[in-house]
Amino acid sequence: MREVRVLEIKQSVFADNDRQAGLLRQELKEKGVFLLNLMSSPGSGKTTTLLRTIEALRNTLKIGIMEADIDSDVDARTIQQSGVKVIQLHTGGMCHLDAEMTRQGLLGLETGDLDLAILENVGNLVCPAEFDTGASKNVMILSVPEGDDKPLKYPLMFSVCDVVLINKIDVLPYFDFDMEKCREYILMRNPDARIIPICAKTGEGIGEWADWLLGEVKNWQCEKNF
Amino acid sequence: MHELGVVFHIMDSLETVAAQNEVKGITKVVLELGEVSTVLEPYLQKCWGWAAGKRDLFREAELLVERLPALTYCEGCGQTYSTVEYGKICPHCQSPDTWLLQGNEFNIKEIEVY
Repeated sequence: MREVRVLEIKQSVFADNDRQAGLLRQELKEKGVFLLNLMSSPGSGKTTTLLRTIEALRNTLKIGIMEADIDSDVDARTIQQSGVKVIQLHTGGMCHLDAEMTRQGLLGLETGDLDLAILENVGNLVCPAEFDTGASKNVMILSVPEGDDKPLKYPLMFSVCDVVLINKIDVLPYFDFDMEKCREYILMRNPDARIIPICAKTGEGIGEWADWLLGEVKNWQCEKNF
Repeated sequence: MHELGVVFHIMDSLETVAAQNEVKGITKVVLELGEVSTVLEPYLQKCWGWAAGKRDLFREAELLVERLPALTYCEGCGQTYSTVEYGKICPHCQSPDTWLLQGNEFNIKEIEVY
């Protein structure tokens, strides 16, 4: 008869990933590469917002983009037209990216001379919030048609994000979206969240967003030298 | 909704543990799952069954889930209450100044191995 023994593990399921993410963040800091993890539901305008962001910052920063999707390369093709370096990651059915997958993506992007690497995470408000990718900052997009009650329904996503971009504000007159209520719900989950209303289509609000991002990249690179 | 993803994570972590402890096979895995941890046990069990059949180490591994109730602490009156029942607002003093004391855990507690 085989002998059975019990091993005590006592660790969070996410502990391994958290450790990997911490290491990756440290390495990126030493290289002076700022990694932005961009999350949202499918169809909230991540790719269009990225194009606007690239347009605003491409003369100041060297940018690389990682597109993560379950399948297809439509987003990568769209971004490629902007002229920045882009790679497509396939998660093979997984609903999120973890730190190890992000590390592999960064290798593919050859981050050596980049200032800003942006990870467009899988469109999903649940799973990406639970897996630290090693990003310097987390940002999410909530678009007006999704509704102002989303911070109540997906509290974790809103609590892990440093910035919430509220996109598609050009269609506000056609939806029952209460901007003040939405702000209140977000701040209830995350009192430190910076909320920036934008319209990626017209470019409204992109200036404020790009200024914030540029400031964060510069801070990240300065801290490296101390 | 990401039960399969977390099952892979658990199995990856345990494969490392197994390699470090000269484990040939795992017969039982015990998890602690908080009531508001965003993971649903029935889905977790289904995903576990599917994934366990694909990895040698886990072929005989039964998954046992211990539930931890969600409790919220109120800064206003210092009492705790059931999170699922009352949410963010304290039922004793109506204060919104509350935080989750326990209930979002998702831990690997122990494993039975040979």
